[in-house]
Amino acid sequence: MVDTSLELFGCGHRACGGCGPALAARLILKGAGANSIVVASTGCMEVFSTPYPETAWEVPWIHSLFENASAVASGIEASLKRQGRSEHVLCICGDGATFDIGMLCISGAFERGHDITYICYDNEAYMNTGVQRSGATPYDASTTTSPAGKESFGNKRPKKDMPQILVAHGAPYVATASVAYPNDLMQKVERAVNTPGPCYLQIHAPCSTGWGFEGGKTMEIGKLAIQTGLWVNFEMVDGEIAKAKKVVRKPVDEYLMAQKRFRHLFKPARNEEEIAKIQAIADANAAKYGIDIKPKK
Amino acid sequence: MMEIMEGSHAVAEAVKRCRPEVVSAYPITPQTHIVERLAEFVADGEMESDYLTVDSEFSALSACVGASAAGSRVYSSTSSQGLILMAEVCFNASGMRLPIVMSIANRALGAPLSIWNDQQDSIALRDSGWFQLYAEDVQELVDYHFLSYRVAEDHNILLPGFVCFDGFILSHTYEPVDIPEQDEVDAYLPPFNPYQKLDAQDPISMGMYATPDYYMEFRYELDRAMERASRAIEDAGQAFGEQFGRNYGSLVEEYRMDDADTALVAMGSICGTVKDAVDEMRAAGRKVGLLKLRSFRPFPKEEVAKALDGVSKVAVLEKNISPGSAMKGAVGLEFKDALWKTGIDVYSYVIGLGGRDVRKKDIAAVVDLAERGSGDMFYGLREELI
Repeated sequence: MVDTSLELFGCGHRACGGCGPALAARLILKGAGANSIVVASTGCMEVFSTPYPETAWEVPWIHSLFENASAVASGIEASLKRQGRSEHVLCICGDGATFDIGMLCISGAFERGHDITYICYDNEAYMNTGVQRSGATPYDASTTTSPAGKESFGNKRPKKDMPQILVAHGAPYVATASVAYPNDLMQKVERAVNTPGPCYLQIHAPCSTGWGFEGGKTMEIGKLAIQTGLWVNFEMVDGEIAKAKKVVRKPVDEYLMAQKRFRHLFKPARNEEEIAKIQAIADANAAKYGIDIKPKK
Repeated sequence: MMEIMEGSHAVAEAVKRCRPEVVSAYPITPQTHIVERLAEFVADGEMESDYLTVDSEFSALSACVGASAAGSRVYSSTSSQGLILMAEVCFNASGMRLPIVMSIANRALGAPLSIWNDQQDSIALRDSGWFQLYAEDVQELVDYHFLSYRVAEDHNILLPGFVCFDGFILSHTYEPVDIPEQDEVDAYLPPFNPYQKLDAQDPISMGMYATPDYYMEFRYELDRAMERASRAIEDAGQAFGEQFGRNYGSLVEEYRMDDADTALVAMGSICGTVKDAVDEMRAAGRKVGLLKLRSFRPFPKEEVAKALDGVSKVAVLEKNISPGSAMKGAVGLEFKDALWKTGIDVYSYVIGLGGRDVRKKDIAAVVDLAERGSGDMFYGLREELI
């Protein structure tokens, strides 16, 4: 059982108001508990939570480099095993560190079967460096390196399907969660850290600064992603879909219109063609994970 | 007990006796025989280590960072491209003051691809904050591992270190070597006692983010630790000598330096050839000696100045090239700096890159060049290719 009263991520850190990743960190530690060691990658969370000599982490925490958290975690896990220690080893890394620069280390750690839980807080771009696109950036999102322009609708590629890459590695537990659904998130963390072997959890963590919405709307944006099918909360156990959150789906418009990164799809005129492509992504997600609840008449 | 053993296998025997809890490595020529032999030890239960066969050298050293931070003695080994791939982690490990020991089978860097020996790889990491010892023969290579762990883990030091040795020339050569018994090593090298570690009972944050208000002092402390390492290496070398009869109590070794007028300077296996060449030149009445440098980092500036006091020429044999530098080689610059007030002429000779053979006659030719005042140059180029 998750002890929701447990607070292991201290207040007073330097995150923006309404920061999805900061909320994710707090919820992750509630789910993982105090008997945990956290490995961080370089990124927003590392910077806002550990400005020397202050730290927000009330569990042991280490940051080495941008791309090696899973390899560092491998070494920690091996060391704990030799010492007969029992701490959970968690990586908490951004999407750039996960989808892009850290792929090699992650693949190696999962292939070797270390008993670690790798958690990606996915805010869908390189936020720490100023909102550049990553492999996790959704289709048509405008970022500083995939700007919408006269001949561009923003990011040209769909989001990389990272969870399936880790399912293909034989990970016993792969799941997605959202900061907008805290209980589900905490329970998934608890399940992941208590599942032997390498587990992967990808958490949708809206970034008010990078996505362009008021800091008070983080939960609302997170919920809209789920309600439109542009983010699916699911669990895959031993390679099979075990659970996926079902919704009465809304059209993608409401999610897109709430964020500046998609504003170019509506101004100066509504771009039916591009919005239809994004709707098709949501439809494909819904079909793949079987999330549709038919609305009652 | 003296045995005839391949250099790499001797390293593996030494590492086994250092009892690392975690070994993490990736294969690269000419380091492979070390990690293969360690894998055999683990497979046969002769070594109680977790052996991580990782996806890259980058991950190999990253895993060492994690395991060391968690409180284990760790070991890795690499060479050439592998070391350069680790470069980012090297700077990080020293910044976090993790006492990792790594054997470096020195090998050239591409392009063009070369699997053969020079010392470009470790010298390229000169400023990474690892101490660097260079072994002349297999015996030194073995002994430096015990010494390195003792120095690295000293709470007054807490620095990672390279044990450097010339690829193929030492790694694949069979030599008579004394491998100390386990209980003798245990007496010299106590179990790892981490200064601090990741522990849920006593949480700390490691590898934090430092603003301009704090960063410089971390680098200053790193440099201070490297300065202290000179003495720590001497002390550990002295203690080793007292226990094992092989004394490494100085960061330099003088060979026939009494009354020498021209001093050769070298690191690593080439010193054996140089000693033979010096013997021949001495027999011919030439006042030539060798100053062998055991430690490139920390650089023993005072010992060097003392050992070279009274010579008129210094000829530094460089198995590296720093393109565009004042002296061509990186080692010569250190000597020039150490001796600049003395009026002694210091010359660099880039020699034996990419495994090109260096013979006694080449050493004698370098001495001729130095005595004629000609240096800071490549030696032994094939003129027809230029």
